[in-house]
Amino acid sequence: VTTEPIFRTAGADAVLVDLGSRERAAAAYRLARELVGRDELAARDIVPAATTVLVDGMSDVAAWRAALTAEAVDAAARQTADVAASDPVVIQVRYDGDDLAVVARAWGCSADDVVERHTTTAFTVAFCGFAPGFAYCESDPALPAVPRRDDPRPRVPAGSVALAADYCGVYPRPMPGGWQLIGTTDAVLFDPSRDRPALLAPGTVVRFEAR
Amino acid sequence: MSRRSPAVDGALDVVRAGPGLLVEDLGRPGWAHLGVPPSGALDPDALRLANRLVGNGEAAVGLEVLLGGLSVVASRSARVAVTGADASIEVDGRPQPWGEPISLAAGATLTIAAVRGGLRSWLAIDGGIVAPRVLGSASTDTLTGLGPEPVRPGARLRLGRARPPAPPAAAVPRTTAGLVESVATLHVALGPRDDWLTPAATRAFLEQTFAVSSDSDRVGVRLEALDGMALERGRRHEELASEGIVTGAVQVPGSGQPLVFLADHPATGGYPVVAVVDRVDLWRCAQLRPGDRVRFQTTSAPSAAVSSGKDR
Repeated sequence: VTTEPIFRTAGADAVLVDLGSRERAAAAYRLARELVGRDELAARDIVPAATTVLVDGMSDVAAWRAALTAEAVDAAARQTADVAASDPVVIQVRYDGDDLAVVARAWGCSADDVVERHTTTAFTVAFCGFAPGFAYCESDPALPAVPRRDDPRPRVPAGSVALAADYCGVYPRPMPGGWQLIGTTDAVLFDPSRDRPALLAPGTVVRFEAR
Repeated sequence: MSRRSPAVDGALDVVRAGPGLLVEDLGRPGWAHLGVPPSGALDPDALRLANRLVGNGEAAVGLEVLLGGLSVVASRSARVAVTGADASIEVDGRPQPWGEPISLAAGATLTIAAVRGGLRSWLAIDGGIVAPRVLGSASTDTLTGLGPEPVRPGARLRLGRARPPAPPAAAVPRTTAGLVESVATLHVALGPRDDWLTPAATRAFLEQTFAVSSDSDRVGVRLEALDGMALERGRRHEELASEGIVTGAVQVPGSGQPLVFLADHPATGGYPVVAVVDRVDLWRCAQLRPGDRVRFQTTSAPSAAVSSGKDR
């Protein structure tokens, strides 16, 4: 069943587009970026999230409505499947995280199996949040869900590779956090002086490799 | 991203920095999809005006001064202007006007002392402050730490070269006097998630008076319901997936005590945003002190926020 996106007012110059599913949110984000990139529509910020896309700093909500129809989003979703086959970003990981055993218990397998599964899964960055360059990476099929820690750590080191719910993320900087830590990487996740400040921008395909 | 640095011409020595002194410009919009807050002056129009008053481009880098307590000395003669909170301004002890260009001789001391109304002032200096840009902006982002460190006493800030004097700014600076009395009214558009409030909570949101909490900052103004009516969410047991946040968003977390997001707000959040403060009222949020009273007034009909693409 195809349902039309719901456009929710977010003040005078923004609209929150509710797509109802992760796949369609990802496709709508890509489509929205393309439309702005081609100067067909204007917006200051396009912010993807779990199942929504926020179009902020725009004046023509009717034009956005006309562009982000269910039909257009579904067409973009079919294209997204092709993009996923493109070259992924590869992140080298030492699987030495303190919560590897917790994840293994949650998944009902061994720690080695967790590493095996994590390194053979292709992830796509759904959205960023929490800190600049902190990417919520999802996979299809989704990883089994992992609970957040009851007791968040006051300081998670930069480069920590972690899981929560069915998302994988890498801490771009030291900060408090409640995700389950499975490993560490030396990759620089966020560097504002680079042309592409975030290594894992929304839409990026990423694979993890054991080192 | 611009890598051009303006030519340096002199310095501004910070003798006293007050309770909070930040380098701010108009922020770094356009990076929210990477989790970067917009940041920038909490009242961008006040910084724009100060810049125009000294002949700068509107986006020049200035200082955001929390509750006065500022004392600075320029190494060259300068034209400066102070906007925002109603503060007493002096040069070497002589009173100076608020919201007008002020001549500051080399070596003279500019002070922003007591703040009579409001909370934050903006100081512009001709030529602007020269500071490294991060993602196109020299603003200090207090949420993520992007941009310069907060300014401490003893700091020496580099100044840019002043442009030839421009015609004086025509705009009349708005007064903050209205804030020192009674209750600030913030106009809001309901949505995107006003349907998460019970009808009683929507009434409580629009009808009761809130007090500004002391843990308010550049991330947001935290409010406490004075009549004790926390905003009950109709979907208490559901969790909202993270979604994008706009400046001015009024978020209702589990506590039921609303929070108005300001320039250093996170790009996404997982609590429902039930309304958004009109842009024209955001400057009031930058001036609210702990204990100040706030009411919300809607500019849209309740629950009119949702429409689908079908009925366009």
